[in-house]
Amino acid sequence: MGNVTALTVNGKKLTVNVDSQTSLLSVLRNDLDLTGTKYGCGEAQCGACTVLVDGQQTRSCVTPVGRVANKKITTIEGLEKDGQLHPVQEAFLKADAMQCGYCTPGMIMSSVALLTKNARPTREEIVRHMDRNVCRCGTYLRIVAAIQMASGQKGGTE
Amino acid sequence: MNDLPEVERYELTEDPFYNFKFDRRQFLRVFSTGIVLMVPMNHLLAQEEQGFEREAPQDVGAWIHVDQDGSILVYTGKVEFGQNIRTSLAQAVAEELHVPVSTVRLVMGDTDLTPFDMGTFGSRTTPTMAPQLRKAAAAAREMLIALAAQQWQVAPDTVRIVDARFVNHDQSKSMTLADVAKGQKLVKTISPDVKTTPVDQWTLAGKSIPKVDGRDFVTGRHKYTSDMRREGMLYGAVVRPPKLNATLEPRNPGGFINIPATHVVEDGDFLGVASSDPQTAAAAAKSVPARWKTTEPQPDNAALFDYFRKNAREGRGRPVGSVADGFKTADKTLEQTYTVAYIAHAPLEPRAAIAEWSNDKLTVWTGTQRPFGVKNELAEALHIPANRIRVIVPDTGSGYGGKHSGECAVEAARLAMATKKPVKVVWTREEEFTWAYFRPAGVIDVKTGVKNDGKITAWEFHNYNSGSSGIQVKYDFPNQNIQFHDTKSPLRQGSYRGLAATANHFAREVHIDELAALVKMDPVEFRLKNIKDERLRAVLESAVTRFNWQRKPASATRGFGVACGFEKGGYIATCAEVSIEPRTGKVKLERIVEAFECGAIVNPLHLENQVEGAIVQAIGGALFESIQFANGSILNPRFKNYRLPRFSDVPPIDVVLVNRKDLPSAGAGETPIVGLAPAVSNAIFAATGKRLRSLPLTGLQN
Repeated sequence: MGNVTALTVNGKKLTVNVDSQTSLLSVLRNDLDLTGTKYGCGEAQCGACTVLVDGQQTRSCVTPVGRVANKKITTIEGLEKDGQLHPVQEAFLKADAMQCGYCTPGMIMSSVALLTKNARPTREEIVRHMDRNVCRCGTYLRIVAAIQMASGQKGGTE
Repeated sequence: MNDLPEVERYELTEDPFYNFKFDRRQFLRVFSTGIVLMVPMNHLLAQEEQGFEREAPQDVGAWIHVDQDGSILVYTGKVEFGQNIRTSLAQAVAEELHVPVSTVRLVMGDTDLTPFDMGTFGSRTTPTMAPQLRKAAAAAREMLIALAAQQWQVAPDTVRIVDARFVNHDQSKSMTLADVAKGQKLVKTISPDVKTTPVDQWTLAGKSIPKVDGRDFVTGRHKYTSDMRREGMLYGAVVRPPKLNATLEPRNPGGFINIPATHVVEDGDFLGVASSDPQTAAAAAKSVPARWKTTEPQPDNAALFDYFRKNAREGRGRPVGSVADGFKTADKTLEQTYTVAYIAHAPLEPRAAIAEWSNDKLTVWTGTQRPFGVKNELAEALHIPANRIRVIVPDTGSGYGGKHSGECAVEAARLAMATKKPVKVVWTREEEFTWAYFRPAGVIDVKTGVKNDGKITAWEFHNYNSGSSGIQVKYDFPNQNIQFHDTKSPLRQGSYRGLAATANHFAREVHIDELAALVKMDPVEFRLKNIKDERLRAVLESAVTRFNWQRKPASATRGFGVACGFEKGGYIATCAEVSIEPRTGKVKLERIVEAFECGAIVNPLHLENQVEGAIVQAIGGALFESIQFANGSILNPRFKNYRLPRFSDVPPIDVVLVNRKDLPSAGAGETPIVGLAPAVSNAIFAATGKRLRSLPLTGLQN
């Protein structure tokens, strides 16, 4: 078991003291007050808790913090740089790709992961990649449009 | 049949709504200076008062405050759950005040700061709150202009507001809102005859304006209740019984006190724990050795519809004409039964609350659609006067009618009361599925008569349990007997987006399709034959035109279906194209066209977003959502086994917005949900010849 004492989050080395079995989601939210990452189901079904670990999209609700102790973690709070939004964040605003906004951070992190490995995904590739993220308000078509927009392609509903 | 929405019993929970006396001291604390425009809700009295010392009216619905620094604050008890009323109400106020939308800020859903409001439901914000705020803003504008004119010693009709600045006739003089509001102490209750800007002159309202605080949502900065923390806060968890309808056995001597680092609180059937971290609390809640007395057996899915009929009471609907005569003149009759399952709202943010006691006053932050209702619930549950309770609703992670109640608020408050520390309770997904409430299931019997030329002569419709919303028809049926039958529900049930309008439209629109098939008529032609209502005709014609209805023949694996209807002031028509995978019977949506008309459009971008969202949510109830239960247990209380609509389920959706600038705006969050399920069922019939009369439509699957 043992404890985790340090984490690298959004480029910063942060001190914690948590049981290595604790979920990354809980540590981010309750120990580091990084609450942009959300709880939705606790079983990797909805994607509200999505963060990047070494650039890979990761479900933080089922990831024990011990497994990511020496890795680079990026959360929604880490995308904005010097007051400049990430292009995906800009695109979500432009495409009105949200209603209640609760799924939005997870959607944006999954989108960033997709565009990192595939700069110009097709519509089918977007749908396949994003299919494990749930938006209960049903803004899926707008999220697809936002991802297309962020990748420099024409959005569907703009 | 009139245009007023049917009173829907599931919209309201059992406890009465009290309109507590408005606390004058609170009002004085909030506003020390500036100009306040009050919006009365019931009697519309025009009264002007100097100073803030006089009693405020008791039935204020909202108010606008122009502070002496020129900031514009709108106070309303409505809450933001993703329907974007924070944006649309700001648009309405900005329109009348002639200021940019960004200068208007809304204070919402805070029982100490905002006036009483029954709740945010029933698509009522746009038709009722927006016009009232608009009047208040128009009155504020006139009042400010009069003050500006006084300062300049000119006639008021020579002063205008342009981009948040006052200017005189030749624009040689100009000043800000702050210049005018400074030092003022004015309260005015608006008169009912205030003139507002006609729709065709709107410049800000009627436009697509992005979510006012969208940046906070894309950066993760917005704090939902579940994200908040208070100094010294504990994390609470509730010990749940193994089954629904269980009672707690009195605890063993010695009790539950020996769990390390944990407070255990027992009160009646409530048993909860609080710890300094959420893991400890969750573990403690599992390890408390509670004994429960369960009720057995309890009904299950298989026996549900019999159970409804067995416990049904007489309906109270008033018949129109005589269905007996209608059956006599019919060439053919048809009798069918339709059912809908219990479904869950599954808001992505589960119920959450933080309760904090300070000097005998309780403050609760929680995501509820009824802040004042939850305040009453807390007062009742904790036996404390309501004036010692404040409920604050941060913008919430959706509700869809599922967050009218305050269970989580009461739990957090009880734990905070016992531990004397702030306590946060966030429900798990499983708790949200099990201990909240569901959209009512229902069984609907329809018996009708039709002439060979397509005229429906008799319409008899009995809905058991699911509710009366949308039960009345906009068709031109001469003889009707429409009844809603109250009965007993084995599961806790309540409001849901669109309420029973989904069930009633499903039964009605599938049945109409069956009648069309019976007399061998095209479903669109058959409907038009029975519709006189111009607005219903208009949306139906708009939808089928965009869909190219006539040119598309159906095949054994592809079908087209249509449905139309009316609810809560909005008219809707939906066309669906589906394909069926022959081996599995799996239904896939290929294309949806939906025409919607809700009067004058306030924000086309957000309206379209609402319509699309409603259609996507409808896909779940149409194709796969269904709560499975047996003997007091919910069998699928997780996303792993309760299927929600996902990216790959959503076909291209073409929304046709019919803008009626000559008609008042109706709400739009609900009605667009009702057309999809019947349109899809009818499309499945067109392809396969098989009628699916139960929601979800899983009848083809092997």
